[in-house]
Amino acid sequence: MIRFDAAIKLGAFTYEVAFESAAGVSLFGRSGSGKSVTIALIAGLLRPDRGVIVLDDRVLVDTEKHVFVPKHDRRVGVVYQDAQLFPHLTVRQNLMFGRWFAPRTEQAIAFGAVVETLGIGHLLARRPGRLSGGERQRVAIGRALLASPRLLLMDEPLAALDDERKMEVLTLIERLRDGFKVPIVYVSHSVDEVARIASPVVVFNAGHVVTAGAVDEVFGARRVQAGESRFARSSVLTGRIVGMRADYGLTEIHHPAGTIWIAGPAGSAGREVRVVVRATDVTVSTEPPQHLSIRTVLAGKVAAIDEEDGPLAAVTIDLAGHGHIVASLTRMAVDELGLSVGRPVFALIKTVALDERGIAPAGR
Amino acid sequence: MFELSPDEWTAVRLSLQIALTATAFSLPFGILAAYALARWTFPGKFLFDGFIHLPLVLPPVVTGYILLMLLGRRAPLGAFLADHFGIVFSFRWTGAALACGVMGFPLMVRAMRLSIEAIDRRLEDAAGTLGANSLWTFGLVTLPLALPGILVGAILCFAKALGEFGATITFVSNIPGETQTISAAIYTYTQVPGGDAKAWRLTAIAIAIALGALIVSEIVQRTAHRRLAQFE
Repeated sequence: MIRFDAAIKLGAFTYEVAFESAAGVSLFGRSGSGKSVTIALIAGLLRPDRGVIVLDDRVLVDTEKHVFVPKHDRRVGVVYQDAQLFPHLTVRQNLMFGRWFAPRTEQAIAFGAVVETLGIGHLLARRPGRLSGGERQRVAIGRALLASPRLLLMDEPLAALDDERKMEVLTLIERLRDGFKVPIVYVSHSVDEVARIASPVVVFNAGHVVTAGAVDEVFGARRVQAGESRFARSSVLTGRIVGMRADYGLTEIHHPAGTIWIAGPAGSAGREVRVVVRATDVTVSTEPPQHLSIRTVLAGKVAAIDEEDGPLAAVTIDLAGHGHIVASLTRMAVDELGLSVGRPVFALIKTVALDERGIAPAGR
Repeated sequence: MFELSPDEWTAVRLSLQIALTATAFSLPFGILAAYALARWTFPGKFLFDGFIHLPLVLPPVVTGYILLMLLGRRAPLGAFLADHFGIVFSFRWTGAALACGVMGFPLMVRAMRLSIEAIDRRLEDAAGTLGANSLWTFGLVTLPLALPGILVGAILCFAKALGEFGATITFVSNIPGETQTISAAIYTYTQVPGGDAKAWRLTAIAIAIALGALIVSEIVQRTAHRRLAQFE
């Protein structure tokens, strides 16, 4: 359990944020929105001007009662964007660093299990300078985990990796979270990553919380999307896998608003998954489509039309059942279709636009 | 031709003894001062910095005279140390070591401070979040990473101590067998008729020691470079 409520002034930047989470939480927002400040406050690298930070039953910070637990006593692990491994120590020594300081009784996490899960056994004798970016990040995650922390803070842990490595490390993070039962505070500006990590999301902007809630409620809601570029805008849909059409290699996912088809396998039948859909991949139709190649058709009602500067508009659609989807359209299309709030419409998604990055098992 | 007389040997031995002692005793204080200047903010930091660098800019004779005024046998501090702890600096080789240490200190601190400042602070933060308090962080992260700079600082201090003349001769005079270092001995030999050969011999030795120190410092720096290249 994390209870966080803190305010700090850093030069011209005013930060005032409060949120609570039962276990892990994702912090989402653009760079400079205050996510990393939150990490520094929880880790004890920054002292808030005012605030209370509680982790489980332990008060880490309470400015009124003059409580400030120093960073080395917090038992909070941090994984940075650029690994920050100790260059003069071997991988094994890096991994053992935090473990050595953890109380014997609390060394709940086994060295062998972590090394095996992360696949870094062959690197133990090397120094960090000789590792690739992905290897470094895996070692950094292992190092933080082996200190047996009560909470793991991850500050854009995938930002320095290429797409392939991202998927690999992300899968590992999910496995560690579920296998070693350490709650994770995950910082990112990528909808894909946050959807996969799947904990409740707190959305930041300019040092304040804009909104908070479950992933599929938050993404698709208008407030999050305002001001983002149309390519950064995405929605998250939650559905249940029906099965795989082996003859076409497509996975069928049930959503109350319609069937979502995904190329390739996405998991076993009956499993809940999240699908990230970019607003630029959504087409809107006022009638059920015919003579079109589109396979995924979701029924809903227009919830909002946000006209933007220039030729574009963002149309938010309330889907039948649950969830929203955002479509990026031209204003011309909005006018010629006669779209207005409340009007029943169909959201069409090209199956080929959905890749495995956007599909995640819906965790806890 | 190149046989040293006993008093020349004494001068060489004394020089090395004084320089090594000066370096060894300056080292912990130098590391502390360098760390404070690199990592801490405190009121009067600017003055502290200036004070440390004073021997670098003052004429050495002035530094020697200040030491004499502070620690001479009749000076308040010197008398106090002599009466209560039996520590006497004036006209002793220990005083020469002190003067050399003071003169070498700014050079030492400068090199160390630069190498500590070059360490990414987030590495120290990372050590902290992994459970290391500031002392452990210093010992396990800061110190090993700053080691090349610390060694270079120590060598600079040693070299400076070997060549020190002005402050030493002012503070502890030029007593053969007690405070007469190579530099002081050469100075003495040039003042007496027929001392040229002796002066030459000591000059050759001074050159050899200086070259040796330079070579060691070069090796240290190259090793450090190689190790750093391995890191990144």
